[in-house]
Amino acid sequence: MSAVAGRFDELQKLGVEVLSASTDSVFVHKMWEEHELSKMTKSGIPWPMLSDGAGNLGKVYGVYDENNGINIRGRFLIDPDGVVQAMEVMTPPVGRKIGEAIRQLHAFQLVRKSKGTEACPAEWEPGKPTLKPGPDLVGNVWKVWQPE
Amino acid sequence: MAEEPVGCAKPTGTVVGQPPDSRNELRADAGEGGRPMVMVKVGGKAPDFQAPAYHRGKFVNVKLSDYAGKWVLLCFYPGDFTFV
Repeated sequence: MSAVAGRFDELQKLGVEVLSASTDSVFVHKMWEEHELSKMTKSGIPWPMLSDGAGNLGKVYGVYDENNGINIRGRFLIDPDGVVQAMEVMTPPVGRKIGEAIRQLHAFQLVRKSKGTEACPAEWEPGKPTLKPGPDLVGNVWKVWQPE
Repeated sequence: MAEEPVGCAKPTGTVVGQPPDSRNELRADAGEGGRPMVMVKVGGKAPDFQAPAYHRGKFVNVKLSDYAGKWVLLCFYPGDFTFV
């Protein structure tokens, strides 16, 4: 979570709101934020930390582990229409890379702005060329895009 | 986000459209292992929910649909004070 907090300004510039959720109570969230996260971040955790004690949210998002009573790691990008554009679900011992979520946000925002006339190929990074799907591109992707 | 009164109960998040105590409903249409049939898919609507939250020193209630018109990064994680 502190890694996400470190890039929070960048997320805000992209117009992205952050929500985090675990099965801990709001009281535990308060203690964690005050006693640990605030020491790992510039200005603490700036977004709402949600309590999903019964796992109701985790169940519908497919991340609730009922044997352990926890939500496993799950990251969802939701667009302004409330549509899930991307998700990443991982078991607990490996952390996420927030840079990958930000890269995907740049890509989905570009596609949305182009009203679907542009697409981001594999390995795309902000600033790199996009693809313009259409009859002329069929069989010709190799002319405009090559793997690195 | 209005500040929520603090009681001794441990409130939890709920899915909008499901009653807070929806154990029977969940069981009725549950898939294998008691999982509800509603599952998130990319390209589909994110299920709306509301949940108690801690936000900058206050206890508030957050509803996903209040964020309509904005991009949202929603992160689930196993627990506070875990190491990763």
